[in-house]
Amino acid sequence: MSRNELVQLSAAAAAAKLAAGEVSSEELTRAHLEHIASTEGEALDAADRSRGTSGLNSFLHVAQEEALATARGVDASRAAGDDLHPLAGVPVAVKDNIVTRGMPTTAASRMLEGWLSPYDATVVAKLREARMPILGKTNLDEFAMGSSTEHSAFGATRNPWDLDRIPGGSGGGSAAAVAAFQAPLALGSDTGGSIRQPAAVTGSVGVHPTYGSVSRYGAIAMASSLDQIGPHARTVRDAALLHEVLGGHDPRDATSLKDPVGPYAAQAAEGAAEGGLRGMRVGVVKELLDAEGIQAGVSQRFRESLEALRAAGAEVLEVSLPNLRYSLGAYYLIMSSEVSSNLAKYDGVRFGSRTLPEDGPVTIERVMAATRAAGFNPEAKRRIILGTYALSAGYYDQYYGAAQKVRTLVMRDFEQAFGQVDVLVSPTSPTTAFPVGEKVEDPLAMYLNDIATIPVNLAGVPAISVPGGLAPENGLPVGVQFVAPVREDARLYRAAAGLEAALEAEWGGPLLDRLPSTESLISARTEGAAK
Amino acid sequence: MSAISRDQVAHLANLARIEMGDQELDLMAAELDVIVDAVASVAEAPIQDVPPTSHPIAMSNVLREDVVEEGLTSEEALMNAPDAEDGQFKVPAILNED
Repeated sequence: MSRNELVQLSAAAAAAKLAAGEVSSEELTRAHLEHIASTEGEALDAADRSRGTSGLNSFLHVAQEEALATARGVDASRAAGDDLHPLAGVPVAVKDNIVTRGMPTTAASRMLEGWLSPYDATVVAKLREARMPILGKTNLDEFAMGSSTEHSAFGATRNPWDLDRIPGGSGGGSAAAVAAFQAPLALGSDTGGSIRQPAAVTGSVGVHPTYGSVSRYGAIAMASSLDQIGPHARTVRDAALLHEVLGGHDPRDATSLKDPVGPYAAQAAEGAAEGGLRGMRVGVVKELLDAEGIQAGVSQRFRESLEALRAAGAEVLEVSLPNLRYSLGAYYLIMSSEVSSNLAKYDGVRFGSRTLPEDGPVTIERVMAATRAAGFNPEAKRRIILGTYALSAGYYDQYYGAAQKVRTLVMRDFEQAFGQVDVLVSPTSPTTAFPVGEKVEDPLAMYLNDIATIPVNLAGVPAISVPGGLAPENGLPVGVQFVAPVREDARLYRAAAGLEAALEAEWGGPLLDRLPSTESLISARTEGAAK
Repeated sequence: MSAISRDQVAHLANLARIEMGDQELDLMAAELDVIVDAVASVAEAPIQDVPPTSHPIAMSNVLREDVVEEGLTSEEALMNAPDAEDGQFKVPAILNED
């Protein structure tokens, strides 16, 4: 098989070919590493990594040798007839805020440049146990704070549909890698939509599992009551297969649920079968259907998705979540409060960079302040200061306290809605990918992008984003989000696979079949810049 | 009208241990003003008599068995330290000179 054919295989298809002995894991892994090399682009400024590259810039570190060594080991075991995990030998990428032994973890921050984790995150240990070659670490907004990956200290990741546009954030690196065939699967983290929104704007699939159902041990904490690790993939079934690897109780994470892993892939297969959605009640969130600032093409493709759901046998009803409009404010208060606490440990004492004050006495307090001034980007500082304000004496009840009560209201809204329907559906993001630089100076406009994704994090319910087509006005991907009740992740996979199958039948194939060649986009861009 | 003054941001920056210059303080005060104005709407929600939620799935007293487990070695704990000596983290003076 050619390199292009190999990298376009879904994880499920690759696993089948590996099991049948049609390809080796080394061939498969090498194809992905070569594709990464030809699509990452050249550094725009060799001395300043923050300028990014001429290509995708979705990887901060490529673990070529380690990935190939794992692949060769799997091939040898298979030849020896050993029992292997179904995904053994299928490569995967890991977001760089998830710690890995033997390769760097930076969270895309200068603060952790050169830092090496002395331990593996539980999800990484699970990938290693399944013997999936780890291709490398993917780019993100610094400490996962942002919706565009522009806040990376090592340059923005670019959207594979249009290199002048953002790939979403904070997990733009993982989403772009998966969409552009650099990796069939990737890990992400989702605090306010950081898996789902990048999936939506790159035409891929992203899942926020039920809070606590996937271990967060070794995920660099941003906002602990909201953070959740989950899968990025190109198909619903692949996301389900990776979710099955990652899930389960972990005694090392005090918030980990004691639930077994659900039948995610089996439910995805049922949902995709003929009549797989018959009898399913799908609730359209009224407040998100007519949300302010929703792009016409997003709205159009979303309404067509509702038609496809009806045609597949689902009953589509309208439901209301009346307190949704308070959720953005509640989210920004709770998230920033937790950020101000979680990021207090980056002070130049035990690990990470240390910066000395330019002048004056060198006391520890002044070293901490200089270290934090040099190590954090403006967005991290904004959130730390906002959180410090929200938690400070005299403002606590008005801000943090009120936000926690709104959180209760949002959870009650979901409970009520799930009394009427099985799953909820909405657009994932109100717009398609915006141009790089458009919102970076306007934090509030950036925050509004998360209006449909953050209520999910407040309530801890599972959600998935699947491709809903290309917006007619600009040809860019639109995402459709399903939300299920807590612990009903399997139901999500059934609904999402049903829509995916219905839409792909209409389109005559997967949406990403229409992705332009990244190499061609890079050469067009490089030639354009030379003129 | 500005709800958050520059002095207030300077105080918060000091609490958060982030050194900020005059220009940065001015910019941060202006940006925070807009953001705080937007998020303050939480107080308008019907939250009377509503209990707060700190965590989406309530749990309490999550403890493990009281048995000795292997943690990081001293070398592993110190391997990323900016400065270390005799198996300990080394920091600049704790007390102000003046």
